[in-house]
Amino acid sequence: MKKDMLTGFIAIVVMTVFLGIVYPLAVTGISQVVFPSRADGSQVKVDGEVVGSSLIGQSFSRPVIGKNGKPVLDEEGEEVLAPDPAYFQPRPSGTGYSADVTYFANVGPNSAEGREEVREALATYVALEKPYDHSLTKDRVPVDAVTHSASGVDPHISEANARIQAHRIAAVRKLPLSQVEDLIAANTDGRSLGLLGEPGVNVLMLNIALDEEAPLK
Amino acid sequence: MAQGWLQIAVFLVVLIALIKPVGIYMARVFTNQRVFLTPVVGPIERLAYRALRVRPDAEGQDWKSYARSVIVFSLFSWLALYLILRTQGIQPFNPQGFHSGPWDLSFNTASSFVTNTNWQYYGGETTLTYFTQMAGLTVQNFVSAAVGIAVVVALIRGIVARSGRQLGNFWQDLVRILLYILVPISIIGALFLVSQGVIQNLGDYSVIHTLTGGTQILGQGPVASQEVIKELGTNGGGFFNVNSAYPFENPSGLTNFFELLLILIIPASLTYTYGRLVGNQRQGWAIFSAMFVLFMAGVAVVYFAEQHGTPAQHLAGLHTHAFDGSTGGNLEGKEQRFGIAGSSLWTAVTTVTSCGAVNAAFESLTGLGAAVPFANLGFSEVIFGGVGTGLYSMLLYVLLAVFIGGLMVGRTPEYLGKKIGAREIKLVSLGVLVTPLAVLLSSALASATELGKRSIYAGINPQGFSETLYAYLSQANNNGSALAGYTGFIQSNPPGNVGAYGISFADLLGGVVMVGARFLPILFVLAVAGALAGKKVSPAGLGTMRTDNPTFVVLLVGIVILVGALTFFPALLLGPVVQSLTTRLF
Repeated sequence: MKKDMLTGFIAIVVMTVFLGIVYPLAVTGISQVVFPSRADGSQVKVDGEVVGSSLIGQSFSRPVIGKNGKPVLDEEGEEVLAPDPAYFQPRPSGTGYSADVTYFANVGPNSAEGREEVREALATYVALEKPYDHSLTKDRVPVDAVTHSASGVDPHISEANARIQAHRIAAVRKLPLSQVEDLIAANTDGRSLGLLGEPGVNVLMLNIALDEEAPLK
Repeated sequence: MAQGWLQIAVFLVVLIALIKPVGIYMARVFTNQRVFLTPVVGPIERLAYRALRVRPDAEGQDWKSYARSVIVFSLFSWLALYLILRTQGIQPFNPQGFHSGPWDLSFNTASSFVTNTNWQYYGGETTLTYFTQMAGLTVQNFVSAAVGIAVVVALIRGIVARSGRQLGNFWQDLVRILLYILVPISIIGALFLVSQGVIQNLGDYSVIHTLTGGTQILGQGPVASQEVIKELGTNGGGFFNVNSAYPFENPSGLTNFFELLLILIIPASLTYTYGRLVGNQRQGWAIFSAMFVLFMAGVAVVYFAEQHGTPAQHLAGLHTHAFDGSTGGNLEGKEQRFGIAGSSLWTAVTTVTSCGAVNAAFESLTGLGAAVPFANLGFSEVIFGGVGTGLYSMLLYVLLAVFIGGLMVGRTPEYLGKKIGAREIKLVSLGVLVTPLAVLLSSALASATELGKRSIYAGINPQGFSETLYAYLSQANNNGSALAGYTGFIQSNPPGNVGAYGISFADLLGGVVMVGARFLPILFVLAVAGALAGKKVSPAGLGTMRTDNPTFVVLLVGIVILVGALTFFPALLLGPVVQSLTTRLF
């Protein structure tokens, strides 16, 4: 028993040092040398400034400005945000696209609240896109556009979702629709190895490409 | 769905192709033979024995001695982890300045990681220092997995022993499993994950100014080195709160595939190792087949269910059919890049094994889809199961099946030439029943008390009951996945854990359940190993019931289903079954 205690004590100390310090630091060291950009979170720069990570979705909304020239606040004193029509919009997030406090939206399958959220998201989506895509009806809205992602920062939207939003972008940015569609295709991450996962349009990368192609004044 | 099934088929083909080489390799490691890594690892191994003061070949252990070493080592592991969790304020690698966790939450977390459960009441990126993640959690990811494998190796030695009572040396098994299996795969796997976008750094969280003038803070950390062993060791505790749904843990379809493979490779290959060690490969394939049948049933059900959307979505007027450019289905709480197929396969894989890492929100699964994780946990993690734990739990069921089969044909039950007597069957029954018993008692207690109800998120309704039942199913089976609304920790002002506190009832009950349902079965398993080790082997005769043919596989599957269903059916009726039969909202 005494020998077991001694061995057990030494074992956890030695293993903490090697598996808990040496191993992760060694992997960090190698990663920082061989894959520095990936290891630091695939950060993307525009004009030398980091604007996000290509793997992490972000909000493309802006504060609503009231008649008095100040941002409109809701009952809780938070700024009311509205989608910026000049940008492709990401999937709904249950966390405000937080990348340092993550949690699931936890909407249950039989949740009455969940039904209201989907109903509202559908109405908002159709209201935003229908002026530009007249044939849009509720039954053409792809599921990714009105459901919370798991991470809250899903970087992708579906191709169908992007194709609907393309009409709005083309109108607002005064670009031919075909050019917007080409940009979508260029910023679509296909299935890995052509087989694994689902294709998705990377919203941040697409919006950066849009800004380059047709800068906002 | 055809494309989705193709992905699932490719996954299965790759997995099955790897089972033989990995199985053979592990068999050589467990029997102290030379492997291709020996020239590199051998010197480190000898150094480790010197440091631990063990002379492995001279010190075989009987079951009591082996069990004592397991318990002593796990006790020190628990103390070390608890100490680390409670001293965060003075640690290096703490760029966010996190404080120590509350005592009750730390009790739960320490119990969780030492038992290979990785149930998480805390949020990683908002409460834990990089030091805790590395020196506390990553270490337990490795060693709790190694302990599980060591126990099954000891059981196998007991089954095949021709004489004596020795089950090998725990410390030697621990060292060899770490050095020859878990660490090498982790180093290579971690670097591969980084190459695909999983982060690995020690930097501050980066503050970013977004294109529309907002700010976003990117959580950072040494993620890949933990991610890989979290899957490989069927641990499952995410670096980030949303686990493998988070792009920095699991950025693409390829990493999703790779991580799924990591989760299943050891539990699946151990069946081959088993066949090799008992000298009859068909015995291993029989066990594999039983596991595979149950696994595929789960995959099919959850994929079918999730492709159909939820009552809440349908009533809101959303069309959940798939069409060109859209996955369709229930994408609530799922990521676009994994889609319905990748999320469904993961849901089945992570709950048949005791991994519990998730790439989608379980709370948002359809009623029928959620029934699969419930069922997989209800079968006590014997469908592949955790590394080591899955096979030893399944072997208890095999002995049970042999016993019941023996009763049916009226002969003395025997397995691989060893007679199964009253003592063995008593131990097997205890080993099989202790986990379900822990689940039912604890979830009943939590459902019936006001203290228990404080943890519920969805309210007092079927979903709320599902949360509670699942929480204790998951903790007792050392799985760790959750219907994540259920909580044992209130973080009032995230990020940072100032003013945060645990819910003592949930933390303590869960911690006790995890420890009890991990170590009691281990003791029973080792006792069975000890009992079998001393038995003489009699040659198989005409009347011997075969345990390597399809008939036995059917019997085994039947018994697993029977025990699970009889135990949990009443409880399941109140939660997921009600939810999948109704379109009512609440």
